[in-house]
Amino acid sequence: MRETRGFKVYRAVVLAVLGLFVLVPLYVMVTSSLKPLRDVQGAFTWWPSNLTLDPFVDMWKTVPLARYFVNSTIVSVVATVCSVAIAILAAFAVSRFRFRGRTVFTTTVLSTQMFPGVLFLLPLFLIFVNINNSTGLQLVGTRLGLIITYLTFSLPFSIWMLAGYFDSIPRDLDEAALVDGCGPMGALVRVVLPAARPGVIAVAIYSFMTAWGEVLFASVMTTESNRTLSVGLRQYSTQTNIYWNQIMAAALIVSIPVVIGFLLAQRHFVAGVTAGAVK
Amino acid sequence: MSVATEQVPAEAVPGVRAAKKRGPDHRPGLSRKLPYLLLAPAVLLELLIHIIPMLVGIWMSFVKLTKFFIANWSAAPWAGLNNYRVAVDIHNSVGEGLLKSFGVTVAFSLITVILSWCLGMAAAVALQPPFKGRSAIRTLFLVPYALPAYAGILTWNFMLQRDTGAVNHVLVDNLGLMSDRPFWLLGGNALTSLITVALWRLWPFAFLTLMAGLQSIPRDVYEAASVDGAGSVRQWRNITLPSLRPVNLVLVLVLFLWTFSDFNTPYVLFGTAQPPAGDLITFHIYNASFLTWNFGSGAAMSVLLLIFLMIVTGAYLIVTGRRSRRA
Repeated sequence: MRETRGFKVYRAVVLAVLGLFVLVPLYVMVTSSLKPLRDVQGAFTWWPSNLTLDPFVDMWKTVPLARYFVNSTIVSVVATVCSVAIAILAAFAVSRFRFRGRTVFTTTVLSTQMFPGVLFLLPLFLIFVNINNSTGLQLVGTRLGLIITYLTFSLPFSIWMLAGYFDSIPRDLDEAALVDGCGPMGALVRVVLPAARPGVIAVAIYSFMTAWGEVLFASVMTTESNRTLSVGLRQYSTQTNIYWNQIMAAALIVSIPVVIGFLLAQRHFVAGVTAGAVK
Repeated sequence: MSVATEQVPAEAVPGVRAAKKRGPDHRPGLSRKLPYLLLAPAVLLELLIHIIPMLVGIWMSFVKLTKFFIANWSAAPWAGLNNYRVAVDIHNSVGEGLLKSFGVTVAFSLITVILSWCLGMAAAVALQPPFKGRSAIRTLFLVPYALPAYAGILTWNFMLQRDTGAVNHVLVDNLGLMSDRPFWLLGGNALTSLITVALWRLWPFAFLTLMAGLQSIPRDVYEAASVDGAGSVRQWRNITLPSLRPVNLVLVLVLFLWTFSDFNTPYVLFGTAQPPAGDLITFHIYNASFLTWNFGSGAAMSVLLLIFLMIVTGAYLIVTGRRSRRA
């Protein structure tokens, strides 16, 4: 596209408007986290007149944030690792083998993506309770229950995206590995996976983001001991006070891991998501 | 390929088999089972978390699953189509509530999808030609999408507070557009707030997808068009839009399914007391189930929602002539 003057004006306007739209909430989040409580309880000000780091200190005491942080980290990391491993195996099968039931599998898995969570929240809850009653395996109110739930959330998209990635890797490569004496799994580990690394990274970030940000199931399936950040952050609102400065500080802190991860691997993520979405 | 060849041990002629069959499945015995082994963990989990709960949910919608039967839910009495009858009867309060919340959700979803697409397209076109700072801006635009849902929505919740929020500060104090401070999280403005917050979180995804779509259009098409004297608007209409058709079809469907089943935005923005103007359907079902503890009725509403989404998706795929990529 030629860069006419009209286009430059258009670009400046679009970038300014959208930049403001994106930035203002981020700015409010950061500056409000640096205000004392009485300032966030009064009329809003753009400039914090009394800068303080107290919210970042107090937020750990008002609410057991550290415990929620640990819970969220364990749940998200374990769910991500398992989800990626399972998605790799399934995507390899879908991409490299022709077998009976392949279409049924891909269609079913993909269509579960479109079901609203609220649809299987309660049945799942009841099933977990039943499993507990019959086998003694505690799934409601434990991290295990959340991990199992979360690792399926990103699974359909991960399988779809990775299968696309694997398809784009020439089969001659794994055939060569087979000729050299690798088994199919050897070919997967030594040839296909290294070549699909950006896709694997993208899928991992996606899975982590999904688990770290999940609200609905966390609100029903957790008790005080396994509560995650998504539910824990609501507890800064008490009967008497809403600690907005601490909420903003906590929101900022819980965002940092995902945003940094996302920005570091942004290239892979963008390539991965779009390879899945655009093809 | 004859049966005899099929039975030759693969180890005897690995190279030949591999070359013939294209792919790693050169050992017939193993390769027949291997894909199923590879799929087994995914299938098991999908069954446990998605498929079985859904079947149980469908069963639940046919029983009288009130709070008296939760502890021993398999003994709940059969209700037949009663739950459905109540859910679709617009003359009683349950059916009326469901219909209203359906209307709110349709409006929310359509407006959010359209605006997300417009913003995403505007930004993707603006960022198409390289310039200094392009990648920094692109990264910035993706931050709302990367942020955990509740962190972003809580920030908006704070900004939309009547007395202490940034939004009223801008509208009333800075710009003087209004004399009264409106409520944004109560009453009639709730839908506007929902759309704004959902848009903020969603448009980066449209941007991301459209940007990738734009990059796949060959540059020389534009050059040829501009030699022929087509201006940027005409180039956009005659080249960009048609080339993006496949991308747009997927994008719009995904955005629609996401917004229609959005739960996080109303839940974090409003807490558990939703204003009627912002009563999105998944949230409505959640509240209807947990406030009245009538899970049978909630399940019936869920099944109706699912049927609706399936019909819309099916119709969309047929009209646009595009089945899912691997189907």
